[in-house]
Amino acid sequence: MEIPSYVNRLKEACGAAIEEVSTPLGDLVVLVKADQIVEALNWLKEDEEALFDHFMDLTAVDYIGREPRFEVVIHLVSIPKSQRIRIKVHLDEDDPVMPTITPVYPAANWFERECWDLYGVHFTGHPNLTRIMLYEGFKGHPLRKDYPIKKTQPLMELRKPEVRRSDEAFEPGKNPNNP
Amino acid sequence: MSIIEGRFEPNIIITSVDALFNWSRSRSLWPITFGLACCAIEMMATAASRFDQDRLGIFPRPTPRQADCMIVSGTVTAKMGERVRRLYLQMPEPKWVIAMGSCANSGGPYWQHGYHVVKGVDQIIPVDVYIPGCPPRPEALLDGFLKLREKIEQCTIAKKTG
Ligand code: SF4
Repeated sequence: MEIPSYVNRLKEACGAAIEEVSTPLGDLVVLVKADQIVEALNWLKEDEEALFDHFMDLTAVDYIGREPRFEVVIHLVSIPKSQRIRIKVHLDEDDPVMPTITPVYPAANWFERECWDLYGVHFTGHPNLTRIMLYEGFKGHPLRKDYPIKKTQPLMELRKPEVRRSDEAFEPGKNPNNP
Repeated sequence: MSIIEGRFEPNIIITSVDALFNWSRSRSLWPITFGLACCAIEMMATAASRFDQDRLGIFPRPTPRQADCMIVSGTVTAKMGERVRRLYLQMPEPKWVIAMGSCANSGGPYWQHGYHVVKGVDQIIPVDVYIPGCPPRPEALLDGFLKLREKIEQCTIAKKTG
């Protein structure tokens, strides 16, 4: 895939914010610095040739053991121009913080909450950065690779196996609800 | 029966309280309407015209106060588990629970790993009938209801002494 011409103008407009442009497997991938992501997205949304008006997806990947550890991935689509772009942002392990992109794409609101919930990536300036999938009181971020694989945090006390076995044993003539 | 047999006019049926209660309870099992995951689709198919669970007196009720039984159809997450138990506690006695599908029986595909799934709904509420399958076919769910009927028919209202 050839790199489209608007990417060069994006580089000129945003300067050092664009760290890398590549086209793995025919997809356009742009690596952007976290602190300038909002400017870059604004440019991509407004530019005549780019016109990325449709926000598709925002998620994160945990490359444990790599520095930087987290990668936030944003997918955009341009409906008038029929083109796609993938934006990546690298974030450090100790401090996975990036600015929220909700001013540019309001649809990213819940995606950022999900990303916070499951990966612990913090989006500064987000209107309501609370858990969206998991419940209040859940500790940790379960899709991080260092979250213990068998750890569960049930909301109530679970019934003991002995108790469970006793309701499996079915005695004819005995009403289990009226012992 | 033989002492009183033939002593009454026609149209009078003589039975025991147990038989009457068990007959009426087992023939009008009203499950509470809720589904949790893919198994719920199969449960809805069971309620729809092709399998038609209405003909067995089984039709879903919108509130736990009117329900006799609960079909746990699908994956019980830790977040939902608390709600499932609250619904169960809101149902009046007598009440029965059918665990439908591998997820409700044992956690299903999530039986070992995973932060989010309760590994079997019997860890939260008592279960009367377990239906295996992923998902069980509607026939299997109907068979589960027939098994539950058999179980209800064994009940007695007499309290055990001692
Ligand atoms: S048992 Fe299978 S079909 Fe049923 S809820 Fe679980 S995964 Fe879905």
